[in-house]
Amino acid sequence: MSKDIRIKKGLDIKLVGGAEKTTKETSLSSFYAIQPEDFHGITPKLVAKEGAEVKTGDTLFYSKSDERILFPSPVSGKVVEVVRGARRKVLAIKIAADPSQEYKDFGSKEAASMSSEEVKDYLLSAGCWPFIKQRPYDVVANPNHAPKAIFVSAYASAPLAADIEYTLAGKEAELQAAFTAVGKLTEGKVHVSIGKNANSPFSDIKGIELHKVSGPHPIGNVGTQIAHIDPINKGDVVWVISPQDLLVIGELFLTGKLNFTRTVALTGSQFSKPQYVTAIAGALIADVTASNLVNDNTRIISGNVLSGTQVKEEGFLRYYDNQITAIPEGDDYEFFGWNKPVFNKISTSRALTFSWLTPNKKYDLNTNTNGEHRAFVVTGSYENVFPLDMYPMQLLKAFMVKDLDEMEALGGYEVAPEDFALTEFICVSKQPHQQIIREGLDLMREELG
Amino acid sequence: MSLKQNLHNLKEKYKGTKMAPAFNAIHTFLYLPNEVTHGGTHIKAADDLKRTMNIVIMALVPCLLFGMFNAGYQHYAAIDGSLRANVLANFFTFDNFWIGIIKVLPLVIVSYGVGLIVEFIFAVIKGHEVEEGYLVTGMLVPLIVPIDTPLWMLAVAVIFGVVIGKEVFGGTGMNILNPALTIRAFLFFAYPTWMSGDKVWVYDAVNRTGTADAISGETILGSYAQNQEVIYSNWDKFAGFIPGSVGETSTLLILLGAAILVFTKIGSWRIILSTFIGAAAMGIIFNQIVAADIITESSKFYGLMNTVWWEHLMIGGLAFGAVFMATDPVTGSQTNKGKWIYGFLIGFISIMIRVFNPAYPEGVFLAILLMNVFAPTIDHYVVQGNVKKRLTRTNVKTA
Repeated sequence: MSKDIRIKKGLDIKLVGGAEKTTKETSLSSFYAIQPEDFHGITPKLVAKEGAEVKTGDTLFYSKSDERILFPSPVSGKVVEVVRGARRKVLAIKIAADPSQEYKDFGSKEAASMSSEEVKDYLLSAGCWPFIKQRPYDVVANPNHAPKAIFVSAYASAPLAADIEYTLAGKEAELQAAFTAVGKLTEGKVHVSIGKNANSPFSDIKGIELHKVSGPHPIGNVGTQIAHIDPINKGDVVWVISPQDLLVIGELFLTGKLNFTRTVALTGSQFSKPQYVTAIAGALIADVTASNLVNDNTRIISGNVLSGTQVKEEGFLRYYDNQITAIPEGDDYEFFGWNKPVFNKISTSRALTFSWLTPNKKYDLNTNTNGEHRAFVVTGSYENVFPLDMYPMQLLKAFMVKDLDEMEALGGYEVAPEDFALTEFICVSKQPHQQIIREGLDLMREELG
Repeated sequence: MSLKQNLHNLKEKYKGTKMAPAFNAIHTFLYLPNEVTHGGTHIKAADDLKRTMNIVIMALVPCLLFGMFNAGYQHYAAIDGSLRANVLANFFTFDNFWIGIIKVLPLVIVSYGVGLIVEFIFAVIKGHEVEEGYLVTGMLVPLIVPIDTPLWMLAVAVIFGVVIGKEVFGGTGMNILNPALTIRAFLFFAYPTWMSGDKVWVYDAVNRTGTADAISGETILGSYAQNQEVIYSNWDKFAGFIPGSVGETSTLLILLGAAILVFTKIGSWRIILSTFIGAAAMGIIFNQIVAADIITESSKFYGLMNTVWWEHLMIGGLAFGAVFMATDPVTGSQTNKGKWIYGFLIGFISIMIRVFNPAYPEGVFLAILLMNVFAPTIDHYVVQGNVKKRLTRTNVKTA
């Protein structure tokens, strides 16, 4: 039984620079890097040393806590540098790509005739496990858990997000193969959410529970969908996979090879031509955005403006991202900016702010904080953009004071940092909500398991 | 070099020094800072605390201006009662406004001056930024004191209120009691003779006491409490042409302020509405007690109990308290359900204290302070409801 989900609480942030639906094939990037920080909670144990030759799919490092979780190279080439930070923490493994790509062959498989354990072992050995993330705690899944369900959000509502319908068009065979395999990993259901009117590549997939969702952002956040379909209780584990990662899994089953190529949306007002490009995870940003970027005081973000990561041109596309956003920096003063009427910024209040008059206008927002960090003062505003059945401010405060009982009781198991992106955006006190949630979740994971 | 550049250079120069918070407070008053996001969301909405507070101040300005005219009007009308025959002609005059300038403006200046100095000192000592909370408190305080309050008294009360009411808890956002009402309560308990009676509400009435030119300015509540006739019409009470604290007399303009707060989504309409509902409920109960002949006219509570319930909403400080004091987000209930309960109880208890308080026929500030203390408890039970729901979900599954 599919269930339609409609939410009212939330906020669509409309920005200029939506990607035009044309895809440019970018040539192979010169450098790639895998950054262990993308896999939150994983301590890497290096396998590939500097100077080693690797094929696509060869292991670069594995997880210290579970040696079965492998992290493969997205391209074939030579490991040129292992970038280390304080206390020799591995920050990035840089690979210079070979002009011709070689793939490690894992052997194609027919998931339908495999057991749950066989599917799991195959995904682990091929290095596809990091694609599977778990709730609670929003980290790479623990293969020893039995998830009560698996969730896939195939509807993107974040600002300027890549249109999944477009990026996955024509990939039905890969998706079907992936879902057949992934369906073996849980006793429960595989829930997939698509837009209400979508002519989605997921429409005819077998073995999944399809949900049609509508409403403002964060309806596309998988956390919102989980809360409405089958909320996480204490002791539950659910797994989450993003649609573009399912493609890689599907292709692995069909061909036996890992192909990390994905369609990435270049979005934001600082791109001269916002459009889609093909790129491989870990690609050098400068190569992906080549000759398209207006690089004059620009903030480049791997991901979306709400929960993406700031990167430099010489940085790399993050492992899970299918979007690069470029917006102007806002490092300038604004005369009487705190009290004059505001027409060019978004606000959920009407405090001499006028975005409520033009709900469909697209804004060119910059990175200015529009005010200074303060203690929590205003109440009742977060609730209007927060569709989960919990008290966001009380939860944030419990997370800040690290009161584990309260964190658990108020819904800590059900949230991920991205669920607090909108409350952070509208926060009058400019509190770092996502960081508070991330740190609190890490503590819960440590103390409560 | 431009002013912007000069100030930027100064900011860099003072960075990390003791005086940085003081400088930044003035700098950010002129310019929205050049701070950019790092980590978390890369964009932020337009609202900050300064903008929020600024809206409240703007909502208070009509009350302040009206209070300045009313200061003069009550003074002259007390001397020559015939002025009350044609209020509109005799109200908006320069003579009236002049009394406002010499009496009300100093209250505003002392309130802001003393309060902000205390804030700056704390910011410099504790090394945090100067927070905006006092911008509203500083405006509220002169509006809720009697016109003849001596300035030194106000200064002492402001220091007490800001230090004990707010800074000892950690500053704006951390306080338990509404700072403006803490100041008012301090004045009330420390200098009761200046805060009640029939002399303090009208400019110069205290000085003239015992002379041939003596004037009186009994408030409506004062008259009712003594079971006396009230000379003001309902229109006077609603529009505010009556004696009272400086800025709280005009229910009309307070409702205008409420409209601004609710429209801009700064003030909670739940609290405002439920406070009025709570007050009306208590008023109706008292009316029914009188109607049922439970008390007689000889009772000292008769006058206020017999006051029609909707009149209770217009007189005294109820409207001002409901709109500008109870809605303080820091000291009020923080959950939407809690706001209904919190507001209702404020209104309910206000009228109860108003009727039964033998010394001073008003209870709004006491009711709000009382509910400030109970707001976290209310929220606790509201939030527990959510927690219970989550627990039930788990239990159903495991059972």
